[in-house]
Amino acid sequence: MSNNSNLKVFINGLITENPTFVLLLGMCPTLGTTSSAANGMGMGLATAFVLVCSNMAISLLKNVIPDKVRIPGFIVVIATFVTVVDMLMQAYVPSLYASLGLFIPLIVVNCIVLGRAEAFAAKNNVVRSMFDGLGIGLGFTFALTLLGAVRELLGTGKVFSLSMFPESYGMLVFVLAPGAFITLGYLIALINKLRKA
Amino acid sequence: MTYILIFISAVFVNNIVLAQFLGICPFLGVSKKIDTALGMSGAVAFVMTIATIFTYIIQKTVLDPFQIGFLQTIVFILIIAALVQLVEIILKKISPALYQALGVFLPLITTNCTILGVAILVIQKDYNLLESVVFALSTAIGFGLALVLFAGIREQMSLVKLPKGMEGTPIALLTAGLLAMAFMGFSGIV
Repeated sequence: MSNNSNLKVFINGLITENPTFVLLLGMCPTLGTTSSAANGMGMGLATAFVLVCSNMAISLLKNVIPDKVRIPGFIVVIATFVTVVDMLMQAYVPSLYASLGLFIPLIVVNCIVLGRAEAFAAKNNVVRSMFDGLGIGLGFTFALTLLGAVRELLGTGKVFSLSMFPESYGMLVFVLAPGAFITLGYLIALINKLRKA
Repeated sequence: MTYILIFISAVFVNNIVLAQFLGICPFLGVSKKIDTALGMSGAVAFVMTIATIFTYIIQKTVLDPFQIGFLQTIVFILIIAALVQLVEIILKKISPALYQALGVFLPLITTNCTILGVAILVIQKDYNLLESVVFALSTAIGFGLALVLFAGIREQMSLVKLPKGMEGTPIALLTAGLLAMAFMGFSGIV
C-alpha cells in the first residue's frame, strides 16, 4: 500500500475506467447538463464531491452496515451528501444551481456513485476509497466538460463563454437535445477508435 | 382541459427521455427488442404512478407541515426503494403472470431516475394530487413511446453492416439524436 498504488487507483478512475466514455454510466446528467462547458464542469464537480465523501463514509462504515441491508444503507449515505451539495449550491452558486435544476437531487440515483460504493468502497480502506472517488469523479468531470465544450463551441461558437467564432455561424441544434445524443455518440466512437489503436 | 394539456406536454413536447434526458440508462439498456421495451415501459408506468401518489402524500402531510422539506431527497428515495420491494412482493403473490412479465425490470427501477425525477417535479410544479397522477401516467406513456420507437429502430439496425467504431453505443446515441430531432417538431404545440 504505497503512494504509488494510490496513484494507480486514481489514474484508473480518471482514464482506464473513465465512467462516461468507457463504462458508459451516469448517462442522464452527461446528456442533460452539458449544454455549456461551465454547466458540465459544475455538474461533474458536484458529483465528484458526493463521490469522494460517500466513498470515504461507506468505507469507514463498511463493517457497521449489515450485509443484507447494505444497498439501502449506501443510498441513505449518498442521499445525505447529495442534500449537503444541494443546499451548498443553492446558497453559493444560485445561477449554476438554477441551470442544473433537477439533476442535482438526481445525483442520488446516478449509477456511478452507488456503483463505486458497492464495487470499491465496500472492499477497500479509506485512503484508497478516497483516491478512487477522486479519480472517477474527476474522470466524470473531464468527460462532462469536454462534451459541454464541444457542444458549446458547435452550437454558439464559444467555449466557457469565450468567443471562438461569430455566433451566427453556430449550429443551435448542438445546444438542444438532439445535439447531446449526437455529440456523445461521435465522441464515444472516436474514443473507441483511439483505444483500439 | 388542464389534464389534456398536461398529457400532451408530458408525452410529446417535453418527452422525459428525448427532451429532458431522464431514464437514459434503461432507454439504452433495454431497447434491443420491442418485447423487453414494452415490459420495461409497463413496469415504469406502474411504479411511477404509485410512487408519485405516495411521495406526494408524504410531502403534503409530513414534510410540509413539519417544515423539513430539505429531507425531500432522502425521504423520497427511501419511499421509492421500499415501494419497489413491496410491489415486487405483492405482485408475486396476487398476479404471478404480471410478475413474470415485469419481474426482471422491477429491481432496476429503483435506480431509474425518472421515478425520483417525476416525484420531485410534481412538487416543484405545484400540481394537485389528480394533476400529479395524470402527469406521472403521461410521463410514463411518453417514456414507453420513446422506448418502443427506439427499440423498433434498433431491431432494424441490427441487420445493417456498420463501421467497426460505430457499433453498439455510438450508433444507438446517433439514432436517439435523430429521434430527439423528430420530437423537436412537437415543440410549441402547448
